[in-house]
Amino acid sequence: MGEVIVVTSGKGGVGKTTTTANIGTGLALEGKKVVVVDADIGLRNLDVVMGLENRIVYDVVDVVDGVCRLRQALIKDKRYSGLFLLPAAQTKDKNAVNPKQMQTLCNELKEMFDYVLVDCPAGIEQGFKNAIAGADKAIVIATPEISAVRDADRIIGLLEAAELRDPLLVINRVRIDMVKRGDMMNIEDMIDILAIDLLGVVPDDEAIVISTNKGEPAVVDNVSMAGKAYRNITKRILGEEIQFLELDGQEGFMSRLRKLFGMK
Amino acid sequence: MDVFKLFSRENSSSKNVAKERLRLVLVHDRTNCSPHFLEMIKGDLLNVISDYIEIDEDGLDIKISKTKRSIDDAMVPALIANIPIKKMKAK
Repeated sequence: MGEVIVVTSGKGGVGKTTTTANIGTGLALEGKKVVVVDADIGLRNLDVVMGLENRIVYDVVDVVDGVCRLRQALIKDKRYSGLFLLPAAQTKDKNAVNPKQMQTLCNELKEMFDYVLVDCPAGIEQGFKNAIAGADKAIVIATPEISAVRDADRIIGLLEAAELRDPLLVINRVRIDMVKRGDMMNIEDMIDILAIDLLGVVPDDEAIVISTNKGEPAVVDNVSMAGKAYRNITKRILGEEIQFLELDGQEGFMSRLRKLFGMK
Repeated sequence: MDVFKLFSRENSSSKNVAKERLRLVLVHDRTNCSPHFLEMIKGDLLNVISDYIEIDEDGLDIKISKTKRSIDDAMVPALIANIPIKKMKAK
């Protein structure tokens, strides 16, 4: 029996889809059977980020409506064995699916896969409620910006209200130079404010733009910092203890972080 | 005052400004308490206290912050009122 993990943030544009694609691909590279589900009905993008947009025949709404069987809608990624995409519908809206249907769908997918990753839409309305309905765990994405952290805090509250306890935090798009100058909140600041456990830190990296342009998740490349960060996140999900990336090579920053975790 | 001086350098970096603003806004978000609601509390507090103490209304500061709960150190919202006293009223 697999595990359903929802990737959410509240705020749009902080990297939910990119993170879903990278963690999903990363888990497949580790030999797991994975399906990534695009729950952003009406604004689908997980397909293009993963480079699978030309292969879509059926989508999640077709499955829920009984237009096709679940297996027919699953797109197999031929590059990585064990990786599948269940795309969102593009011409419908969030109300085309309800939470009960999503729960049933997730339960069915759990029987077939080790990991079911659900890419949640921005916002806290129907789309969010659908995306979290079948989830066992949640990953919250936030960038070190006041608006993203505020929305993340709200999402954490809503997840708790929905009894999705202990969500894990991914801090995305950290700019080391700005953190050093004191012009960007650091990891410690964000954990301090949001008070949840850290799953990973992804640096702001051009490689993400390039990999998205190509439709090849950065987790596959062996050079970029972001790719490395996503591989580490993948391993932590699998239960390995991996140290957090040395983002700046500066002793003070990382030793403070280690101290933070040593204290726990 | 010295305390403020001590932290002034630290506080001037923009991430600390962000952090402080976030703290305040999150307390309001989490407790669902609006600035208008605070103003109402402030007005009522003034009315009650003014019967006993002459206070400096301009210096009055009331806010919702976070504090550690003594039993388990969990952070909980706290209503903090800083009310400068001019003089006690004779009873």
